[in-house]
Amino acid sequence: MEGMIHSIETFGTVDGPGIRYVVFVKGCPMRCQYCHNPDTWEMAGGTKKTTDEILEDYEKYKPFLKDGGLTVTGGEPLVQIDFLIELFEKAKQRGIHTCLDTSGIMFRRNVPEIYEKYVRLMKSTDLIMLDIKHIDPEEHVKLTAQPSENIFDFLKFLDEQEKEIWIRHVLVPGITLIPEYLKRLGEFIAQFRHVKALDVLPYHSMGKEKYEKMGIDYVLKDVEEATKEQAIEARKIIIDAMREKRRLMEQG
Amino acid sequence: MLLKFDALEAEGWDGFVPGKWQKEVEVRDFIQKNYTPYEGDDTFLAEPTQDTKDLWQMVLDLSKKEREAGGVLDMDTSVVSTLTSHGAGYLDKSKEKIVGFQTDKPFKRGMNVYGGIRMAMKACEDNGYKVDPEVVEFFTTHRKTHNAGVFDVYDAEIRRCRSNHIITGLPDAYGRGRIIGDYRRVALYGIDFLIEDKKIQKESFGDIYTDDVIRGKEEISEQIRALGELKQMAAAYGIDISKPAKNVKEAIQAVYFGYLGAVKEQNGAAMSLGRTSTFLDVYAERDLKNGTFTESEIQEFIDHFIMKLRCVKFARTPEYNSIFAGDPVWVTESLGGMGVDGRPLVTKMSFRYLHTLDNLGTSPEPNLTVLWSTNLPMNWKQYCAKMSIKSSSIQYENDDLMRPIHGDDYGIACCVSSMVIGKEMQFFGARANLAKCLLYAINGGVDECTGVQVGPKYRPITSEYLDYDEVMEKFDDMMEWLAKVYVSALNIIHYMHDKYAYEKIQMALHDRDVKRYFATGLAGLSVVADSLSAIKYAKVKAIRNEQGVVVSYETEGDFPKYGNNDDRVDKIAASLVSTFMHKLRKHHVYRNGFPTMSILTITSNVTYGKNTGDTPCGRKHGQPFAPGANPMHQRDTHGALASLATVAKLPFMDSQDGISNTFSIIPGALGKEDQVFAGDLDVDLKL
Repeated sequence: MEGMIHSIETFGTVDGPGIRYVVFVKGCPMRCQYCHNPDTWEMAGGTKKTTDEILEDYEKYKPFLKDGGLTVTGGEPLVQIDFLIELFEKAKQRGIHTCLDTSGIMFRRNVPEIYEKYVRLMKSTDLIMLDIKHIDPEEHVKLTAQPSENIFDFLKFLDEQEKEIWIRHVLVPGITLIPEYLKRLGEFIAQFRHVKALDVLPYHSMGKEKYEKMGIDYVLKDVEEATKEQAIEARKIIIDAMREKRRLMEQG
Repeated sequence: MLLKFDALEAEGWDGFVPGKWQKEVEVRDFIQKNYTPYEGDDTFLAEPTQDTKDLWQMVLDLSKKEREAGGVLDMDTSVVSTLTSHGAGYLDKSKEKIVGFQTDKPFKRGMNVYGGIRMAMKACEDNGYKVDPEVVEFFTTHRKTHNAGVFDVYDAEIRRCRSNHIITGLPDAYGRGRIIGDYRRVALYGIDFLIEDKKIQKESFGDIYTDDVIRGKEEISEQIRALGELKQMAAAYGIDISKPAKNVKEAIQAVYFGYLGAVKEQNGAAMSLGRTSTFLDVYAERDLKNGTFTESEIQEFIDHFIMKLRCVKFARTPEYNSIFAGDPVWVTESLGGMGVDGRPLVTKMSFRYLHTLDNLGTSPEPNLTVLWSTNLPMNWKQYCAKMSIKSSSIQYENDDLMRPIHGDDYGIACCVSSMVIGKEMQFFGARANLAKCLLYAINGGVDECTGVQVGPKYRPITSEYLDYDEVMEKFDDMMEWLAKVYVSALNIIHYMHDKYAYEKIQMALHDRDVKRYFATGLAGLSVVADSLSAIKYAKVKAIRNEQGVVVSYETEGDFPKYGNNDDRVDKIAASLVSTFMHKLRKHHVYRNGFPTMSILTITSNVTYGKNTGDTPCGRKHGQPFAPGANPMHQRDTHGALASLATVAKLPFMDSQDGISNTFSIIPGALGKEDQVFAGDLDVDLKL
């Protein structure tokens, strides 16, 4: 089966454990204001690659990837879920660690044929990196042009499926980098026992150039980049809130 | 013939495992029988002493003054630099454990004229000094220099190639460098032993006086004289190096004096140190065992030694410095690596050398080069990684690739040139611009920038769109021509360098019969590979000027680009390397040299770009080449591993003088920072 691919990174070190072969797929229904890959939004303009082509290319780098694996990101990988299922199932046959970096936006618990696909995909997925864009539902729509309910339900689903989850969260000054929201985020993810890691990403404006090239308005043009110090502070707020919530849960 | 030595060296050699090394000059044998591999960590290392800190502060102050003075603090304009030309120089005699400067004071640059008087004059003038007219008169009227010799022989074709930049950076007006004396010999044997050995070598030529024998005997006589001068040079500092060193301090000092002699005699394009750390560790281990010195004292000797290496300076022109992006000496020291018997050649001394980056702070010189093997001890690997992160000052080279060729006592000259210490040397040969050669093929030997008929007047390409097979056929002919002119120029250069600027002291620290690598180099590999790929896989239209010379190209469609692990273009690159090397091998080379080639324009890629017109890959006139064997800027789009895999396909046996790939990465792209990223949250939350 063919997937619509944006690009390949053979030396991915920030998208999962170890050194990873990262596949960026095309297509995403979200329009996150800070997205640094706006060139992956549309399906058009990608390169078609079969699952076998990708895995054969992966083999070329195997010695480097032995403590890492395969990560699919995008774009939104779950837009091409059938391709993803085939890719991950074949990867597992080859003993490759699989990681899915997703927003969870495509998840639908109430549509049985979709739900079944998710259950099947989870069987060949080792790690999910779930990107929570905003904890507040209204702010979420403003930031991403999509509602958050399916995303939060997807997190619940992953926890039920007992999948290892890493939470990613981008810190945008004035939008998500606000103590109140960070606290709520911590309290929310505290409920899910399979959340194993928290990756806070300071917002950077490196995507700006792409917007200019593509002629799209860059909404965040006046927003400052977040600093490392702010990230350390934000991480502490989230983890403290998680800890407090868990403590209350255990008492209650 | 073996040397017979008795009691004279007994004191210096006491406690060492005996062997062949005592009967003949064989430093590797000494190391192998006596060294102690170290697999521990860096916790034993000592802090800098107060003297070290004081001296280094003086160096920093002088460096600041030098910068404020516009790059040069002081230059000698009347005394020609030789081993014995200057008296002793010090920073602070009472604090320096290892002594010796090139002239009578630190930061005063010596005057080296044997490479060429004009270059020496220009180096002075450009820095606001003037060479003593008597010296100028002497070296123009009475004593010929290397440069003058070369230009007596150069023909019009070679001159055209030079002035149109298809052959560049030739060492025809300055010292060729790239020779590493086995400076360890001074410590292990002492000068007297080495002179006796050289006398026997001279005799061993026999009495059938062929050209080679005459030259051989004359050179050895020069070497013997140089060894004597080295002893005199040391004596000016009150130090006797006639006998073997008795402890690690004397050994370091002797090694440094050997090197100092070389940098007084030669202002070479690269003046590298060799592979000294594990050798010196044998002395350090003995001294630690005997209680002669403490760890702190030994580290202090090394700190002072490295400090001296950081103060080596030459008189050079701003043009020279712009080619090399700075004022480099290339004091390359090779560290670590594995022995052929499987034992790591990592010792405590290897750690001490890298530790100077902590004790003295980071510095590009000496060029500390780790010979990397997958089998190196983990603690050493971790320490190297740690120091790399801290200092960004360490170079790495592939020991697993070079050891099968050179064994385990080779070192690196300059940045990548490997040679067995004391047994092999190199004739440095700069490089040919292969991208320009491709353009000459298209234009029938006419230079695209100057319009001059530089190459042979072959038929140019006249079609509007370039045809791959036609271009390749013409390119092959043009490479054939280029290889011939290039080797001819180098033959002339090395003949004259040996004649007028012979490296006496460095060659005195070599065996009689050395293997001479006849080094060449090529520039613009990725430009040519991408250009040929464009012609093959896309459509390339030639744009001609009024004279009919192709000066630009329009490329329609996409094509595979070098740097993405795509065999379609990577194979073109690999075959270019083999093809050009093959053509170079066809020619007679001076002194039975062994031809090699490098792909390593580390800093001159900007200059190449300025002097090369538009290329079919889409690069415009003036845009820099990629350095060395690198993919062109931003054309490698599949990440680091794909990019590196492409470079790794280049055939080392056809570019044995080295392949360089300049690789920069921001720390954030090497992984998550623990401070921001929280893994194992479960554990965290239970706290």
